[in-house]
Amino acid sequence: MSNYGVCGDYKVTYQEDMEIFQTRFVKGWLYGFIVFLYVIPLFMGHYALYVTNQIGIAIIGALGINILTGYTGQISLGHGAFIGVGAYASGYLTANLGFPFWIALPCAGAVTAMFGMVFGIPSLRLKGLYLAIATLAAQFIIEYLMVHMEFITNGVLGLLVPSPSFGSFTIDTDLRYYYLVFTLVIVLTIFAKNIVRTRPGRAFIAIRDRYISAEVMGVNLFKYKLLAFAVSSFYAGIAGSLWAHYVTIITPEHFTIGVSVEYLAMIIIGGMGHLLGSIYGAVFMVLLPEVLRLVSDIVGGYLPEVVNLMAAIKEAVFGVIIIAFLIYEPEGLAHRWQMIKAYWKLWPFSY
Amino acid sequence: MVHEQKQAMLDVDNVFLSFGGVNALLGVSFGVHEGEIFSIIGPNGAGKSSLFNSISGLYRPQRGDISYKGQSLLKLPPYKITALGIARTFQNIELFKGMTVLDNLMLGRHILMKTGIFSGGVFFGKALKEELEHRRRCEDIIDFLEIEHIRKKPVGMLPYGLQKRLELGRALALEPEILLVDEPMAGMNLEETEDMARFLLDINQERNTTVVLIEHDMGVVMDISDRVAVLDFGELLAVGTPKDVQENPAVVKAYLGEEDMDDFRR
Repeated sequence: MSNYGVCGDYKVTYQEDMEIFQTRFVKGWLYGFIVFLYVIPLFMGHYALYVTNQIGIAIIGALGINILTGYTGQISLGHGAFIGVGAYASGYLTANLGFPFWIALPCAGAVTAMFGMVFGIPSLRLKGLYLAIATLAAQFIIEYLMVHMEFITNGVLGLLVPSPSFGSFTIDTDLRYYYLVFTLVIVLTIFAKNIVRTRPGRAFIAIRDRYISAEVMGVNLFKYKLLAFAVSSFYAGIAGSLWAHYVTIITPEHFTIGVSVEYLAMIIIGGMGHLLGSIYGAVFMVLLPEVLRLVSDIVGGYLPEVVNLMAAIKEAVFGVIIIAFLIYEPEGLAHRWQMIKAYWKLWPFSY
Repeated sequence: MVHEQKQAMLDVDNVFLSFGGVNALLGVSFGVHEGEIFSIIGPNGAGKSSLFNSISGLYRPQRGDISYKGQSLLKLPPYKITALGIARTFQNIELFKGMTVLDNLMLGRHILMKTGIFSGGVFFGKALKEELEHRRRCEDIIDFLEIEHIRKKPVGMLPYGLQKRLELGRALALEPEILLVDEPMAGMNLEETEDMARFLLDINQERNTTVVLIEHDMGVVMDISDRVAVLDFGELLAVGTPKDVQENPAVVKAYLGEEDMDDFRR
């Protein structure tokens, strides 16, 4: 892949060599992109902002499951439920106990991290599909609790959650929410990147690649697997909290097995073991239904007789696209992006 | 030899290990002394790797004891045994294929580092300082093993010989007091074998690391070892200097058959 250094770009210190963004050109693009992220919402409509906010929340959730499944190699089918735990924790703390949002948010992350650690305990003994089933159990247990612990969750009636507020400043519009979500996306992406490039991250990858030699090299498997569950669930909790305060009413149907599968699909499509993969995957998975809806509206306009079929076709196309990804791009969009970059780096003289 | 009087650093005492009905080790005892190169030889299936796995805590012997500097290892999980200063390599390469050469080495320093989730996530400050410090040490190992050109390459793409070398490097990164090396020369050509032998001697002499070596290449074993132990079907046939072992009739008979002594002496 892109092992080629840039001509004339000599590293003098190890610190320079460890930088994530290696050249001035890339750094320039990065700062430009961040400025773009903060300016563009001013020109977006209500609906576009709504979709973008969803993407932001999905990115945070996908970062979490990527750390667990993509980096540590522990399959989780309970991510949707963990997001639910975060949502209810944050909702309960603000609505019923009167916590301010900025305290409830990290608390939701912490509570979810605890849940994640408890349900991560089987991972010491179980691997692969067996662990997937164990986390599926977590999903169903938590779903059951969300429906039946009515004194906290208000059951199927749904829990009303206030919009976040800092003092008298309430984040109740899509635009304001955008800034909240994307600031957190940037902070949490950097945090995740730093984790995976330092000691704990290397331990995670080592467990994924060769757990036996990881243990022999001094990695405490139990501790680091639980840690991966904790970090992953923390991100899920933050995503859940943001989701709860955004939609302001949450019911257990928001956090079903379907959501878990969707998050798994995000990192498979985006690229497991690449943080960029979380971002691409989240963007893809949130945008795809929207695009399909747009297309089906247009097609429905020309061919009114198929309008009724459109809902079914939409689902089918969704499935086909995911299968196509698994076949043609099993390493995900992040990998494709690297290939494209590597190609253009030497273009047009590829030798 | 002088070694015989010294207190053993790694003491294997009457170890029995079996899997179901299959006996892998039958009452093996020996001691490895500080500073020596101790080789274990024997035909395939003799129990050499099982012995290594027992020392590093992956297998649990049913009877007997393995102790390091007087402390029994049998109750300790593998990562704690490693923390005592015992590193090893594997017969079949067990590198982390998704990581770069450098990251493999840095992972080798896991127990010597402290960065946790929070300091790692914040990165600037403590974690950065630690990364830089340990990066420097890893670069020393990269220099030592002459693998500068591949430090940023993902390990999965490297040829076999370099992977073997990197495994040695990853174990070295731990800064072990005692290094267990499992067939480092297997599948290597003459030049690579000589390189590897040179590395082992340097590790032993310049880094003052005790080396326990499993190897089939008799030329190398007899050349660089201070003492040699011979295993056959889980039993210890002999321990002694290369010369003693070569002349031990039981060893020659079990290991090579009766007639090939010339080849063995080389």
